[in-house]
Amino acid sequence: MSTAAAASPDVAEFALRMGDTCLILGHRNAEWCGHSPALEEDIALANTALDLIGQTQLWLGLTAEAQGKGRTADDLAYLRDSSGYRNLLLVEQPNGDFGRTIMRQFLFDAWHLPMLKVLAGSKDRRIAEIAEKVSKEVTYHLERSSDLVVRLGDGNSESHARMQAALDFLWPYTGEMFLGDAVDEALSSTGIAPAPGSLRPAWNEKVARTLADATLKAPESSYAQKGGRSGVHSEHLGLILAEMQFLQRAYPGANW
Amino acid sequence: MLPEPVPAPVTPTRYSSQKGEGHGASTRLASFADGLGLSNDAVALPSVAEIWSWLAEVPDPEIPVISLVDLGIIRDVAWDGDVLEVTVTPTYSGCPATTVINFDIDRHLRERGIGKLRLKRQLSPAWTTVWISAEGRAKLSAYGIAPPNEATVSCAGALQPRDVACPRCGSAKTERVSQFGSTPCKAHFRCTECLEPFDYFKSI
Repeated sequence: MSTAAAASPDVAEFALRMGDTCLILGHRNAEWCGHSPALEEDIALANTALDLIGQTQLWLGLTAEAQGKGRTADDLAYLRDSSGYRNLLLVEQPNGDFGRTIMRQFLFDAWHLPMLKVLAGSKDRRIAEIAEKVSKEVTYHLERSSDLVVRLGDGNSESHARMQAALDFLWPYTGEMFLGDAVDEALSSTGIAPAPGSLRPAWNEKVARTLADATLKAPESSYAQKGGRSGVHSEHLGLILAEMQFLQRAYPGANW
Repeated sequence: MLPEPVPAPVTPTRYSSQKGEGHGASTRLASFADGLGLSNDAVALPSVAEIWSWLAEVPDPEIPVISLVDLGIIRDVAWDGDVLEVTVTPTYSGCPATTVINFDIDRHLRERGIGKLRLKRQLSPAWTTVWISAEGRAKLSAYGIAPPNEATVSCAGALQPRDVACPRCGSAKTERVSQFGSTPCKAHFRCTECLEPFDYFKSI
């Protein structure tokens, strides 16, 4: 832990990125509660959202600890504006139809699990412990989302067309997962977190295999939308935060 | 509910420190104990084994037929001076029961007279259903929840258990309806023989 003190600002930033991504995806999934096409899917989406929000508490709790400014995970979630958020642009995209929600979950899970597997061996014990815990849950997420991508992609013409449209829409947002900056470089050189680009082969392999089973075709373009990590978000994030943060902004410190 | 007489008010603790360092505190505790009609010799910290037996009385808030000890989430009980430290590991990161569980532990132990209590969260090693006791498994089954099938936990088939028996009729002819059931820790199954739906406690 002696090295962690020097690396704390980078650890805080890394945990913030992980936490924000989990929080916003959890929030998006929670929007389905009561609206899913089938009861079982409604429950599954709500359960996935619950896992992600629980994971958010762990990551943002670590951010708060590593920042050392006396803030809590709740402070970080409820009292920052969109420019302070560090989530991937992929997860803030509107839910669209059920197919797009599932495709987004799959593209994320296929990155999330390999990321956690590497993090479980992090030199920072706090990161390793969170990753060990969370990877068990995410194994279930990936199994479910990849299974549904195959069943809907290789379903009927309607479900196939919707899944292909979802893939085409979301594809430009996937490249951001593999882009690194100075924080990533510092963390990967000290064995705290992987270089984002190093996760590309595992993701490519899983995605290619699943899309082939699903009879779907990945777009050719490698253009990547980016900005989430520097706080440059799409207009959608502000709307999510307006809903999520309303109560704490209108009634500061409200508790029940 | 309480097999013991109603305990003394919890602050200050009615138990003196085993290690006995700090004379001021000991004196205060001794006079407090005298006030209760207890001599200082008669009060000692309850043993760790006794604390475990108390924790075994605390039900899981979601599945009240099994206790927190059956569930395997209490990882350690130890005295740090006169402060009791209970180490708890969460089941799932987002399980809403976690907060309630901590509250229940705190309340139950304070009712037993533990005044100085610290709950410690431990993430690693991560909770696994392997830690659910044999008794806990039997209770789950009797309650209508198929217990986790650990035979597949460490292999690639972990997520698709092959042998989940119906907790009602015992038939092995069952099928998974959904990977998620009424809580994150359960999947939704159906028996194709007696046709009853049931919950399966997932291996993790």
